[in-house]
Amino acid sequence: MDIGFILTSAVVAALIVAVFTAVLGLLIAFTDKIVNNYGEVTIDINEGKRVLKVNGGSKLLSTLAAEGIFIPSACGGRGSCGACKCQVISDVGPHLPTEIPYLTEKEQLDNVRLSCQVKVKTDLKLHIPEELFNIKKLDCIVERIVPLTYDIKEVTVRMPAGTDLHYVAGNYGQFEVPSYGDMKEPTARAYSFSSHPQQKETLEFLIRLVPGGVVTTYVHSFLKVGQKINVVAPVGDFYVHDNSATMICVAGGSGMAPMKSIFNERIANGTFNDRPIWYFFGARTTKDMFYLDWLWELDANYPNFHFVPALSEPGPDEDWKGPVGLITVVLDDYMQTKIPLAEEKEGYLCGSPGMLDACMVVMKKNKMPEERIYFDKFA
Amino acid sequence: MTPVIDPLTLLFASIFTSNILLANFLGMCSFIAISKDMNSSNGLGIAVTVVLAITVALSWVVLEYLLIPTGLEYLSFIVFIIVIAAVVQVLEMVIERVSPALYLTLGIFLPLITVNCAIMGAVLFMQIRHYDFWQSLSFAIGSGLGWWMAIMMLAAMRKRYEKSNVPAGLQGPGITFITIGFMAMAFVGFSGMVRVQ
Repeated sequence: MDIGFILTSAVVAALIVAVFTAVLGLLIAFTDKIVNNYGEVTIDINEGKRVLKVNGGSKLLSTLAAEGIFIPSACGGRGSCGACKCQVISDVGPHLPTEIPYLTEKEQLDNVRLSCQVKVKTDLKLHIPEELFNIKKLDCIVERIVPLTYDIKEVTVRMPAGTDLHYVAGNYGQFEVPSYGDMKEPTARAYSFSSHPQQKETLEFLIRLVPGGVVTTYVHSFLKVGQKINVVAPVGDFYVHDNSATMICVAGGSGMAPMKSIFNERIANGTFNDRPIWYFFGARTTKDMFYLDWLWELDANYPNFHFVPALSEPGPDEDWKGPVGLITVVLDDYMQTKIPLAEEKEGYLCGSPGMLDACMVVMKKNKMPEERIYFDKFA
Repeated sequence: MTPVIDPLTLLFASIFTSNILLANFLGMCSFIAISKDMNSSNGLGIAVTVVLAITVALSWVVLEYLLIPTGLEYLSFIVFIIVIAAVVQVLEMVIERVSPALYLTLGIFLPLITVNCAIMGAVLFMQIRHYDFWQSLSFAIGSGLGWWMAIMMLAAMRKRYEKSNVPAGLQGPGITFITIGFMAMAFVGFSGMVRVQ
């Protein structure tokens, strides 16, 4: 057998297999075209609040996203987070085995579905929380990156001109970075706004470098001023409840973000001094502290605002006059000695799960009702 | 010259005496993973049977009329994989459209089946044992029924374990592996009763 013959037969073989595969591929595409064509369907959201005319055949989550309605989803539609719940009132068949692990019995009875698993085939009636209409995908431009400490950056992005984003202090946005390195797809992570709602044109985030974190590593190593960044916002259920109870705010690290937003919102609408606010901020050393000047200034100007920064491990040569110890210990001490026990209180916590759980224990010990402790947990 | 086995005997042989799962140990992963639950086991069993019947028959046609005439039998692995993947894909779409109820019991298992060794194994047995069309079909259906039967048996036993006093260290995978071992030993007792090739 000469080399030419072997080559020819190899090419012929490859060709035959390729043609065969192509035929099967066409068959699949053809079936998809015929079978998966559900024509135009109507999606009625919240009894006619929004009526969408869309082409059926895709998942509900992506169909709604294409129409500008973003149901929060952490996994991006793979059915692994269970976040994209929505109530489907019309009949779309029984729950799929892929949905059941994420739904309680009550939710199943209420026809709550995972929108990433439900396919749009017929006309649908849905119920979604009103605030989801407000969620937008914004093409922002990075305007400023300020290092606050060695591992926390303050990132300001400019929203597209004319954007009217309504949110409350404590909400967060999904910050999406482009694919880089081994990451094949853009990745989004949620960060609380440190900007306040009255600040109309820009959004600000405090992003702390998490070792191995996809988005934080990108932000700290590659993000540049002038770059385009997608932000899906606003999302979240952490906000200040409207009453006159004393606010006990506790934060650590980039947990400063929602607190900054809350304080600035109240300063801007003139209610900052209306109720007593205690702000406990914990860090390890002075190197981890930031915004101190601003917060001391607030403390001096507003009699009802009390700022208590604490260091857990100050170095021997550090010039630190404030309290020393874990933030929970300092909090406990203040709650027993400085803040009147009889005062009506509300807790607002933002930080790592460990810190939050420990603060929760201290607050409950000091007779604060659990249902009035609100938190924004890093996940 | 190997004796020619008639399709009916082959059907029963592939269910009992040379069960594809318990005698050839093919399709183990989904067998262990899904047998936690009777309903899912039933769905997967039906799906394996249906897909086996269709893919083996189709692969036989492809082998006989495409690969053998062109002398490309050495590419059968690749071609069979493509056939299985395509069949499963089309089947899933059709079932979803035609019968939502069937899709619920069967459809979600179809993607799982693309990578089920029992399917590929049966297709390759069909090729190396030189079955004719009817033999291939009965072998495929028999293998599917055998697989279905085996997973139902295991699922039933695992259901019973939930209420029985299994030692702590053996709970879950441990006792399941031991059970499968016993089942396989029992089925090995049948081996050689009927020559399947």
